[in-house]
Amino acid sequence: MPRLFASLSTSQRVGAGLLALLVLFAVLEGLLGRTDPALQNLAQRFATPSLAEPLGTDPFGRSMLARMGAALRLSLSLSLVCVLTSALIGVALGIAAGWRQGWVDRALSFVLNVVLALPGLVLILLVAGLAPGSLLALYVAISLVLWVEYFRVVRAITRQAVASQPMQASRMLGFGWRYCLRRHVWPALVGPVATLAAFGAAGSIMALAALGFVAVGLRPPTAELGLMMVELFPYYSDAPWVLAQPVLAVFLLVLGLNLLAGKRA
Amino acid sequence: MLQLILRRLLQAAFVTWSVGTLSFVLMRLLPGDMEFRIAAGRYGYDHVDLAAAEAVRAELGLDRPGWQIYLQWLGDLLRFNLGDSLVSGLPVSHEIAHLLGHTLLLAGAAMLIALLIAAPVGVWAALRAGGWFDRLSLLVSALLRAQPVFVIGLGLLLVFALEWRMLPVAGFDGPRYLILPALTLALAMAAVSSRVVRHSAAEVLRSAYFNFARVKGLSLRQALQRHGARNAALPVVVFLGIQLASVIEGVVMIESLFSWPGVGHGLAHAVFNRDVPMIQGAAMALGLLFVALNLLVDLACHLIDPRQRSAH
Repeated sequence: MPRLFASLSTSQRVGAGLLALLVLFAVLEGLLGRTDPALQNLAQRFATPSLAEPLGTDPFGRSMLARMGAALRLSLSLSLVCVLTSALIGVALGIAAGWRQGWVDRALSFVLNVVLALPGLVLILLVAGLAPGSLLALYVAISLVLWVEYFRVVRAITRQAVASQPMQASRMLGFGWRYCLRRHVWPALVGPVATLAAFGAAGSIMALAALGFVAVGLRPPTAELGLMMVELFPYYSDAPWVLAQPVLAVFLLVLGLNLLAGKRA
Repeated sequence: MLQLILRRLLQAAFVTWSVGTLSFVLMRLLPGDMEFRIAAGRYGYDHVDLAAAEAVRAELGLDRPGWQIYLQWLGDLLRFNLGDSLVSGLPVSHEIAHLLGHTLLLAGAAMLIALLIAAPVGVWAALRAGGWFDRLSLLVSALLRAQPVFVIGLGLLLVFALEWRMLPVAGFDGPRYLILPALTLALAMAAVSSRVVRHSAAEVLRSAYFNFARVKGLSLRQALQRHGARNAALPVVVFLGIQLASVIEGVVMIESLFSWPGVGHGLAHAVFNRDVPMIQGAAMALGLLFVALNLLVDLACHLIDPRQRSAH
């Protein structure tokens, strides 16, 4: 871990630091916080930040600290699961297509073109419409859009690696596919896949917020960053500090991930 | 060139079929009583009862098996008849044609503004690479890129419409209503493309042929016009093609934010109301718009770069 950290550039370290702070906040709030994010207290509408309510309260007197914690946990865990799923599928299929080529490659490229025919958010919107308010549908939809990027990149790199002289030498010496994968293909994949993962996480956080924002994603009592922006926007002049919280949270999350991803924007 | 167009036409036919089938299958899987939802959309939530839902079901033939409805839909599609909206009862093609005009206006205006921002900013940053303007534009671009596009819209809305009351908040009733949504979309696009312009222009400025043009005595302006612009434009236009997906995505969000009567807004509404023909029509219109814009980018690359023409 220290070695990995030392290999990062300054801006990547800043990004990692930002993310670590947000994760720490989300986890600590989950462990220590005792307030239910949906608990209303109408006598306490728009309480200004105080010792009891460090982030104030929303129009229903719900604790913003609890709601921000819950929303961050939701965004972070959804993006983590989406990135893991899509990376796993995309890398596996990409290696298969790049290595075997022939009909496997053609079939997978056909699927790729089906998915790419539509802009990602439109596809996510269609699948999200399948089960309104279901987190599972959002997870499937976002992963369905994200795996394409891994597939394209991994397929291209694998093709190159398989055709390279070192790999041909290894194969002629009788090494099996496991060895070749570990020794020749995988090292070339790690860097680009890590970059894609950071961008993918940022993309899934934005997609979740966007769906909440156009009222097609999760449903109101849930604390979700995009949804909170819509709910709190009408009160922008009464309680600007409350509206600023979800906006700032999405901004810091995406900024942190973009910085961590590095220069290949 | 003909090959280019044919390839995109094939893609368009493919998009039409796959989007239609996909959205149809997805919508057949929807749980719940469709007729109640549609009746609520038509008559308002207070006027829905069993009789209204029954009337809707009888009128739309919702109790037939799914494959019959699907075959009927495919047949209609071949005749370019997209069916009637389940909510408004009007033909979808009519509604989409109405919405599409607004979307094209918004997307066109946004791309134009983005170009007007990105090109000068990018070239200026490239001319003074590493200087304060370059670093400033990088910072602004990074900050803008870290927002979902609707947050940029919310910010502009707060300042120009709600605080200063210079521009209308939402809707469409004249050119003044176009400014904020187009500017929002343009800022999100320019944040990325200004950096692409900058890198592409910096590459050209460093190149041997550009330096030779300067050495032989052309002024900076002449050298940029004759040797710089076209070479720097090619990667930018190619990148524009990659960015198109995010333009369409931005259209969906921005139209919803500003209640702009376009296809993206229509799609979000249709998904919300489970209006199957409308979802198909709107998603297809966005998909075809995507293909058409891609074709334009292909043609632009073809015209800018003579090397591609001789290759064919």
